[in-house]
Amino acid sequence: MNRMTVQSIASATATSLARAVVCRGVTKDFGEGDTRVQALRGVNLDVLGGEMTLLVGESGCGKTTLISIVAGLLDPTAGEVTVLGQSLRHLRGRRLVQFRGQHIGFVFQQYNLLPALTAAENAAVPLIISGRKRAEAVAKARTVLEAVGLGSKVNSLPSQLSGGQQQRVAIARALVHEPKLLVCDEPTAALDAHSGQTVMQLLRRVAVQPGRAVIVVTHDNRVFGYGDRIVHMSDGTIERVEEQTVARGS
Amino acid sequence: MNWIALKMLTGNRAKYYAIVFGVSFAVMLMSQQAAIFAGLMRNMTSQIRDIQGADIWAMDPSVEFVDDLTPMDDQAVMEVRSVPGVAWAIKLYYGKARAQFQEGNFKQFIVLGIDDQTLVGAPTQMKLGSATDLRKPDGIILDENGYRYLFPGQPIRLGRVFEMNDRRAEIVGICKASPTFQTFPVSYTTYSRAVRYAAQERNTLSFVLAKAEENRDPKEVCRRIEEQTGLTAMPQDDFSWKTMSYYMRRTGIPVNFGITVLLGFIIGASIAGQTFYLFTIDNLKHFGTLKAMGVGNLRIVGMVMLQGSVVGVLGYAIGLGMASGFSDTMKWLLRDSGLPSADFMAWPIPLGTAAAAGLIVFASALFSLRRVLALEPASVFR
Repeated sequence: MNRMTVQSIASATATSLARAVVCRGVTKDFGEGDTRVQALRGVNLDVLGGEMTLLVGESGCGKTTLISIVAGLLDPTAGEVTVLGQSLRHLRGRRLVQFRGQHIGFVFQQYNLLPALTAAENAAVPLIISGRKRAEAVAKARTVLEAVGLGSKVNSLPSQLSGGQQQRVAIARALVHEPKLLVCDEPTAALDAHSGQTVMQLLRRVAVQPGRAVIVVTHDNRVFGYGDRIVHMSDGTIERVEEQTVARGS
Repeated sequence: MNWIALKMLTGNRAKYYAIVFGVSFAVMLMSQQAAIFAGLMRNMTSQIRDIQGADIWAMDPSVEFVDDLTPMDDQAVMEVRSVPGVAWAIKLYYGKARAQFQEGNFKQFIVLGIDDQTLVGAPTQMKLGSATDLRKPDGIILDENGYRYLFPGQPIRLGRVFEMNDRRAEIVGICKASPTFQTFPVSYTTYSRAVRYAAQERNTLSFVLAKAEENRDPKEVCRRIEEQTGLTAMPQDDFSWKTMSYYMRRTGIPVNFGITVLLGFIIGASIAGQTFYLFTIDNLKHFGTLKAMGVGNLRIVGMVMLQGSVVGVLGYAIGLGMASGFSDTMKWLLRDSGLPSADFMAWPIPLGTAAAAGLIVFASALFSLRRVLALEPASVFR
């Protein structure tokens, strides 16, 4: 995989691909007075559809805060966030919850699978949340699990799966409702090197699709080669953005 | 989502069983103790309920409960008979007598003296002999529990003879009677014989039993009896309640049982509440994940409430079943001992314990929900 640094700017620009996420001047403060901590300081960021964007940086640099804001899980203190053409400022309460459910998929560091559900049932959860019938949802989830190479494990409980397999179930769950934005928080952090590579390859092969943006938060430099764009963060700001060409399906 | 909620609940078996056990234990303790209390209250009124045929009890105004006797002059029965609306009225002797057996031992008896002519008030369920055998010389009918208490381990037979107040009495019948609070054997005999068995007093009439004419409201007839005779008169049920009310007001029984019921509630609520809370805390990460994936707070509330309802209904059913099973087992174990079983699952008890179980799970769910609702969806990334 050929890695190529193209530029180092604070704000990525998009010309040929639609901008799935646009952040302008985003700041986020936690606490008040003497205990106030500024986690993000005027971040500008564009995330393009059809690409995988990696958010990288040391612990505490604001990566997770930024994706929480982008995913509509956290309100920024200031600034404007537009996701899939929709300003999050204007989405509140139930509408914001519905927006997340319909358009955003999540992959977590610790997989966050429900231990009492089988792989297929876990993968079907977003469809069930959106109101699809259980049998129909599970059937669709089975096809997605086959796509991530877990066709033989659909009836296994999370406790019967390895970490890598559980993360693949989590990826299937994140993709089953065909979201336009996939947010992955340290998807390889809990995995060994081989499993981490497998998961990243899977994300590239299955998740990166035209019209879908994938944001991956990571500090694992072994997987940097999988991102079309690498956003380096430091101390609540974007330090630089690298672009690179990554072969499809690699 | 309901399906996911149930899977989350039953998936964690240890906690699921612990919550159900907590509710079951609370329901069992509350319903069993309440049933014993109701049984004792019922036993206090067994002599009132066992008298069949008369719907009105007239008595001296100073009487507060069935054992609080102020004997009246026999003339009272004539006064009651003269009240318009009274179809008939008869005398009832109710008292205690000491019986002396051939072996020389003494036992206290409850003696019910019923009308010599009509035998109204005679036991309705005979095990041996018949009510009309009371017309035999010195005849008395003894209740089965009393017989087993007096003659433990001996076969039930008629013809046993003993003395009361130096007068001969012969068992001519064995009947079934409701258990009494004081556990004294209950004997039935005629009024004229009963007053001879009892210690001599100038007045011997304990109660006047009366029947309202057809299509007459017994309460209205009672009001007329009170107006015309100066006695107190009330329907049978009211007299039962008056007796129970006296014991509830003047004894520590309700307080002691109330404390046990309250303890059952507190212990059950503690076990179920704490376990349900821990269960929810265990699942906080998953609730956060669901929230991030698009599940609103209202649906989360519905999920937690459903989980609470399931453990509540299951715990209630198991607890009530355990209380009933315990009661039946005790009755079976005591069947030949002559000891009365003092529990009675009156209909308000299952209703009351259902309400208490509902309160336990509702409070537990509410307590747990505070954490879930306060959970930021962004916490899934921490």
